[in-house]
Amino acid sequence: MTVSIIIKALLYVLLAPFVGGLLSGIDRVFSARMQGRQGPPVFQPFYDVFKLMNKQTTVVNGIQVLFVTAYLIFTIFTGALFFAGGDMLLVFFALSMSEVMMVLAAFSTNGPYSIMGAQRELLQMMCYEPMTLLVAIGFYYANGSFMVNDLIHASVPAIVQIPGFFIGFVFILIIKLRKSPFDLSTSHHMHQEMVKGLTTDLSGGNLARVEIAEWYDTVLMMGIVGMFFITNNPISILWAVIACSVVFFLETLIDNLFPRVKYITMLKVTWAVILVFAGTNLLILNVLK
Amino acid sequence: MANIINVVYFLILFPFIMAIIIGLLKKASPLRSAVIIIGGFTIMAAAIYVAVNVLLSGKIHIVYLENIELYNHIVVALEVFLMVLVCFLSIKYKKFYAIIFSLVGTIPVLWMDLTGRAVEYSNHLRIDTFTAVMYLIVGVVGILICIYASGYMKDYHHHHTDVQDRSNYFLALMFVFLGAMFGLISSDNLGFIYFFWEITSVCSFLMIGYTRTQEAVDNSFRALWMNLLGGCGFAAGLMYCNMNLEIANLSDLTGIAATSKFVIVPVTLFAFAALTKSAQFPFSKWLLGAMVAPTPSSALLHSATMVKIGVYMLIRVSPLLYNTLTGIMITVIGGFTFFAASLLAITVSDGKKVLAYSTISNLGLITACAGTGTTEGVWAAVMLVLFHAVSKSLLFQTVGDIENCMHSRDIEDMHGLIIKLPRLAFIMMIGICGMFMAPFGMLVSKWAALKAFVDSGSVWLVIFLVFGSGSTLFYWAKWLGKICTVIHQSFELEDITPRSEMVSIFPLTSMIVIMCFAFPWMSSHMIQPILDEAFNTNIPDVIGGSDVIIMMIMVAMIFMIPIGSRILAIGKNSKMTMSYVAGVNAGDDRHYIDSFGKERALYMSNWYMDEIFGEKKLLLPCIIVSAVLVAVMLIIVVGGAF
Repeated sequence: MTVSIIIKALLYVLLAPFVGGLLSGIDRVFSARMQGRQGPPVFQPFYDVFKLMNKQTTVVNGIQVLFVTAYLIFTIFTGALFFAGGDMLLVFFALSMSEVMMVLAAFSTNGPYSIMGAQRELLQMMCYEPMTLLVAIGFYYANGSFMVNDLIHASVPAIVQIPGFFIGFVFILIIKLRKSPFDLSTSHHMHQEMVKGLTTDLSGGNLARVEIAEWYDTVLMMGIVGMFFITNNPISILWAVIACSVVFFLETLIDNLFPRVKYITMLKVTWAVILVFAGTNLLILNVLK
Repeated sequence: MANIINVVYFLILFPFIMAIIIGLLKKASPLRSAVIIIGGFTIMAAAIYVAVNVLLSGKIHIVYLENIELYNHIVVALEVFLMVLVCFLSIKYKKFYAIIFSLVGTIPVLWMDLTGRAVEYSNHLRIDTFTAVMYLIVGVVGILICIYASGYMKDYHHHHTDVQDRSNYFLALMFVFLGAMFGLISSDNLGFIYFFWEITSVCSFLMIGYTRTQEAVDNSFRALWMNLLGGCGFAAGLMYCNMNLEIANLSDLTGIAATSKFVIVPVTLFAFAALTKSAQFPFSKWLLGAMVAPTPSSALLHSATMVKIGVYMLIRVSPLLYNTLTGIMITVIGGFTFFAASLLAITVSDGKKVLAYSTISNLGLITACAGTGTTEGVWAAVMLVLFHAVSKSLLFQTVGDIENCMHSRDIEDMHGLIIKLPRLAFIMMIGICGMFMAPFGMLVSKWAALKAFVDSGSVWLVIFLVFGSGSTLFYWAKWLGKICTVIHQSFELEDITPRSEMVSIFPLTSMIVIMCFAFPWMSSHMIQPILDEAFNTNIPDVIGGSDVIIMMIMVAMIFMIPIGSRILAIGKNSKMTMSYVAGVNAGDDRHYIDSFGKERALYMSNWYMDEIFGEKKLLLPCIIVSAVLVAVMLIIVVGGAF
């Protein structure tokens, strides 16, 4: 038992960056094709990170590095916890903790763009935090456990009981994967007012660490999407993979379709979506229970 | 047995004696500090002695006072004294409404006592596990605050020369407060509880009005009338118990639940009183106003004493609230308060005010947990009470010290605190992390609360809780970020925090860290016995074995990362640069050179979103909504019984 947990966690730690990096590359190719461009090779994100690692790292202060390292370590820890079959609620608590580390890294620089990015990142967290907690609660309602290990042995896919939670979660994934219209804190696109927001004052190895952490994070998020479809039947894994691909494609599509919105719009829209879809779903489940 | 009871008497009476001694030592002197420290540690030792004894033996000590006549006379005399005091001050400051509440709350009870209508021959004191846990909070956290105050008041009058130095009176009040607290949590007799309840109301009123400025006077009277209103509710519940149900004891009240359906009437009235004490909406404004007083009083009111009395009562009657309208209303009011106060906390920049809103918010969570009346709910509630007391008192003390060093307690002025006052900044970071971050205490309890709500099917509460945790995260994390900002060419300020304050701050800081590791032990040795006494049942661990291990790993990681990076010298060989400002950084991070070659000032403020959640916009609707909820509860439950 313990051995299998450790193996699962190790597999995640070793494989997730490759999957995550690949997903990031696919995302860039997709985006390029949608915009009628050729786009970079699929492995471009890896080349980028290798390049960053070999560059000289300049820092603004000493504790910045500390927070970025903590961010990376805690993100890996969170994902390992999930894939090893840990408690869903704890996964999300650990996740918000790792995010806070990143925010603190940006705060510590005292650069206006970094701090602005940090404030926006915090607001984004405030927007999606209710939904992440609700996802854990939704799974608990559906299958009676918070433990991922128990949830994967469900007889019926969770999506049947908690479709509202799924919609809400896919919606907040837009924020989590830093997609427009809700990519306020990093602003990946050109001509943005935020330079690179959160990561403005990071460079070289530090920036590479953040990139890698985001790959881990992407894999974790996709894992949670897959959870909605997993049952004790091995075939369900196929469904989960298909669902993840569809969701990922959808996020890229949304990214290319919508312009960035103001923060207040984001707050109102996400909370409304969460309340309407997940909230209603929760009420119905409670009545049926 | 007799030994422990004697120590309990000592705990109740000795703080009052201390108060008299301190009251006589007018000037701040080493002698006074010594008296406070020696007396304080004696009380702390006594409280720990009783608590450990009760926790280890698991025995419930019940005391029947023999010569009760004498005690009753003393209580009546003191109640009259309190009433006269309130009337006198109300007339002096022309706040006549307070007189009405005072009279309404006191005279009927006096009438009942003096005409012999009160039920006699039942037990008076009861020392059980919950009492022991509260002893630890009051005895350790409360006393540390008093010790902190002895040094703080000296600095306070050093800076506030316009305020008349009555620090002996202030410190004496703090000890009176603690004495009343010990009395309240030891008492089983409702009349005694009511008497101590009123002492704390009047005491907090006197402390808030300490500076005697117009604002202080107004705020203190607001605190007074709200708490006296709650006291009226308590008095009504007390009389109903004595005259209709023939019960004089809290433990009898919880014991007869099955036999009388009218038992919910006094319980509702007590719950109403608890709402006022715990500063739930609509009664939150008194706690916000309380911050005009010197910081130790805020620390005392917010963490170890005043607001905890309300939730203490609620947790006591919690088993009776299960599946009742009162229970549902209490949970809804609590959940609503948790959410609304956390939104309001986003919009204020005064450090003490953020702490005040956070107290209201967390107390709302505790209220909601207690209102569910389930075992898991009570588990979470007691855990929250414990963790909140420690973290909040530490945060108040640190804000007080920062104010003494920087002459400001505004969060905006704490920009770059990690460079200016590294020691205090570090302590404050631990305090803030303790309030909201995994794997620290408050989050563990919040987690348990979430499970309790899910299991009891309280959908609305789940929704309040998840949205409230979003906003809680926002206001704490931005404060944390403000402290962590490193400003170049900024220098360390002189840290004038006296040693006596560090005597209080260091133990509290280490307690936050230790409690992270100790919570499984606390659960099995402190909280399970409480559940045993209240529900006659035990629950499986709310947070299970493997999760505990993972959280231990997380705590270890938090402390390992800074140490590890120091050893590995990560980032030490990186090139240093200035932060990017889209112009030329002038070198101090506070100015930049624009495209015209001019030097311009630069300042990064936090987000407050005042125009969205501001007090002006949100406070009044919140008060109205919750006032309606409270009114509905009282009318249906209490009105329905007649």
